[in-house]
Amino acid sequence: MPRKKHLPVDQERLTLLRSARVEPVPGRCVQCGLCSWNCPTGVDVRVYARRGLRVDDPRCIKCGTCIARCPRAVLHFGTISGAVA
Amino acid sequence: MRHFVLVGSGIAALSAAEAIRGVDASARITLASDEPGPFYSRPGLAYLLAGALPERQLSIRSRADVSALRIERIDARVHQVFPALHEVRFTDGRVLGYDRLLIATGASSIAPGFPGADLDGVVGLDGVDDARALVTRAKKARTAVVVGGGSTAIELAEGLQARGVETHYFLRGDRYWARVLDPEESALVEAGVSRTRVTMHRRTEIVRALGRNGRVVAVETNRGDALKCQLIAVAIGVRPRVTLAREAGLEVDRGIVVNERMETSAVDVYAAGDVAQVFDPVLGRAVLDTLWSAAMEQGRAAGLNMAGMPTVFHRHVALNVTRLADIITTVIGDVGGIDDPDLITITRGQSEAWSGAGTGISVVRHDASDRIRIHLNGRTILGAVIMGDQALSLPLTRIIAERVDITPIRDALVERPEALASTLLDFWHSLHPWEHAPYDHHARLAH
Repeated sequence: MPRKKHLPVDQERLTLLRSARVEPVPGRCVQCGLCSWNCPTGVDVRVYARRGLRVDDPRCIKCGTCIARCPRAVLHFGTISGAVA
Repeated sequence: MRHFVLVGSGIAALSAAEAIRGVDASARITLASDEPGPFYSRPGLAYLLAGALPERQLSIRSRADVSALRIERIDARVHQVFPALHEVRFTDGRVLGYDRLLIATGASSIAPGFPGADLDGVVGLDGVDDARALVTRAKKARTAVVVGGGSTAIELAEGLQARGVETHYFLRGDRYWARVLDPEESALVEAGVSRTRVTMHRRTEIVRALGRNGRVVAVETNRGDALKCQLIAVAIGVRPRVTLAREAGLEVDRGIVVNERMETSAVDVYAAGDVAQVFDPVLGRAVLDTLWSAAMEQGRAAGLNMAGMPTVFHRHVALNVTRLADIITTVIGDVGGIDDPDLITITRGQSEAWSGAGTGISVVRHDASDRIRIHLNGRTILGAVIMGDQALSLPLTRIIAERVDITPIRDALVERPEALASTLLDFWHSLHPWEHAPYDHHARLAH
């Protein structure tokens, strides 16, 4: 039997993800809705972006799809503490 | 009970309504517009055209949010304002009195001047109706020609190509969007456009559009060619819709002239958004811009003032972010652009403040995929164009907006442009030791 392969675990990434939230940069969003439309778990990310709030929704799995899909780089990962954990 | 009448249904009018309702629960708010339907994201029309979104997704407020505002909507065009009588008159003859009036009529595309421009198939992209019509036309059209500049022209070209229309983009000059971009930046965008299989034609313009039965069938160019096409999409600039204000005797320059409280020259009449011409304290003159966030902020300031909360609109540094041929591009402040033969005025998502006095020098850092250009004078950074990686976007916006004295790093910036990013980030962290810059963790967490 070949040994089962494990994906490498990026410890730093795991640590960051634990406290990371998607957050908007004010002034860049034009409310197009691509973030919400592409969210695989149905979070209405646009509402958070409009209000300048970090996405705080239990459905958010921090997959980064909204960040990747935003055509204006409105969204990014921030951490609650604001510093690298 | 005071009656507020808002003319327009864009983000400026919506923001004004929300501001008024926020401070006056009993106010009567009437919103009059000849564009019925839900409030939507106008910049998002590009993504509707490209097929990335369905139309309903462009709606920017839930039904509950809209009904909580308790707005009376009148789906009709206001065609006269009588400031002395405090009345507006609609095209159907109805008359409505107001205590305070907001004119937020936006801007509309300039029609091209070539013969045949009135043929069916010559289109612009102003509202959701236009986007819908373009989607329908794209199903039937085999070939399209796009003329103009700025982000709208690129969005039109990419959107039509994405819908399977063979698309040709005509540039009058040698390069794309010279008013804002430098030659290398133009080249980056042009290379990206070519990758989408849009065919670019430089030093090419339409001499006339040829029609059959009132419909476009071809264009004739200044190079003596004829190109068969069924669609001509035009983005040569926009102009504020000022007729209403001008006929009412309000002070109008290129847009409706307003003071820092968004008041026009007539008592109890305000203006906001693309139609308003607002004083820029940095430039020392009143400028137009067609930026979403500016319209939102102006609408909010106008609404608060109308509701009796004195509020000064502080003009932020002009900023827009747009995706140009898949390159995320942020333009901030005065970037020293030159004349652009493709544009008669500014286009959507642009500011007159981007083309300032042109007295600065540029410093550029460019690697394989990212480019940063800062435009600086003796002590401050006047503006910047950031393409690709956006890590410096927020720090630069703040440094430019706050007119931070960059004397400590100026020599380093000019002499070592290759280290521009780290010089600026280190400087930013020294100014704001307790703040993390956005995107700090981004590179590590993004895919």
